[in-house]
Amino acid sequence: MERVPILKIGTTLFVSIQIDLQDESVVQLQEDLADELVATGARGVIIDITAVEIVDSFIGRMLAMIGSISRLFDAETVLVGMRPAVAITLTELGLSLRGVRTALNAEKGLELLNGSA
Amino acid sequence: MDVDSSHRRMAVYLRDHQDKVVGRWSELVVTGLRGRSSPAEMRRELEDLYSLVIRTMSGADEQAASELRAALAELSRSRARNGFTPTETALAVFALKDAVYELVSDTAELLPEYLTFSRMMDDLGLHTFETYAVAREQIIADQAEAMLELSTPVIRLWEGVIAVPLVGTLDSARTQLVMEKLLETLVATGADHAVLDITGVPTVDTEVAQHLLKTVSAARLLGAECIVSGIRPQVAQTIVSLGIEFGDNATKATLADALAYALTRTGQRIEKAGPA
Repeated sequence: MERVPILKIGTTLFVSIQIDLQDESVVQLQEDLADELVATGARGVIIDITAVEIVDSFIGRMLAMIGSISRLFDAETVLVGMRPAVAITLTELGLSLRGVRTALNAEKGLELLNGSA
Repeated sequence: MDVDSSHRRMAVYLRDHQDKVVGRWSELVVTGLRGRSSPAEMRRELEDLYSLVIRTMSGADEQAASELRAALAELSRSRARNGFTPTETALAVFALKDAVYELVSDTAELLPEYLTFSRMMDDLGLHTFETYAVAREQIIADQAEAMLELSTPVIRLWEGVIAVPLVGTLDSARTQLVMEKLLETLVATGADHAVLDITGVPTVDTEVAQHLLKTVSAARLLGAECIVSGIRPQVAQTIVSLGIEFGDNATKATLADALAYALTRTGQRIEKAGPA
């Protein structure tokens, strides 16, 4: 199983998913992220999914769950760089990810976090 | 009496009476088309077909049957494209039966041959009809596709603001196309506000509203805000009475309001210039 690295930049955790997402990798990412949030006290999480081409309902749900978990640690999650095809798939699956904020790219995601802080 | 030999005898008869039959045939066809085709042109077309029919029936030429079918298919395709009715198209084949019958009925001795000939012409008539239907369906499919492409422009209104003016009825296929184009443009231009203008959508029912909501939430997933504008008074009443909720998505009465809203959200302002 491949692990997704979590980078800490200032008070933000940056996760860039560059692999084909498997169910276990996402579960692992969720656990790692929770640990990291506790350890660093980060106030924001940016998840970059520019490279993700395929999602299913499970992964969609896990992304929403990551958002909810982060909020428990008072950190805001921003999902950035979603591809149109992925957005259409998630909408058709009925997952609108209401609890997660979104931005067009990583730069705008950072602006969003800094603006709200 | 076998079919082949009767076909051969009929072929001989048709060859002997070529001028008379073709003359009558083209006369019948031209009358049926009510002057939409010139007699000389029609006669040339029918003469080609006639010689193919004779070659097919004489049985000497194996290519002739498929050539005849191809020629008929081409004929019905061009008729379908030029807006002829099915009857007018099938007439080209069935009129030959009438023309030959008028001659044969005088002599009375070729009746069995005429029957096999008639069966063959029926087959060809059906073939004509089928090609005609296929050609018409192709035309309809092409037009539908052309309309889809025509009807979904994505416009850049301002820096960071794009708009999609929707005109006509929204169905699933169109919404899908609009959604894809809108999302691709959002990514390509880096715009973070999109206006969906429904001034040109005649009716909004629950299905259309659901399509709109889908587009809005897909745009949100990309990190863009979608504003629905151009809601007319009657449409607003329908939306409310159907119990459709646009939730926290902004809706505006006109495209101008939507643009103003988007500009405010992006921290831009339009001011009147001072006296020139």
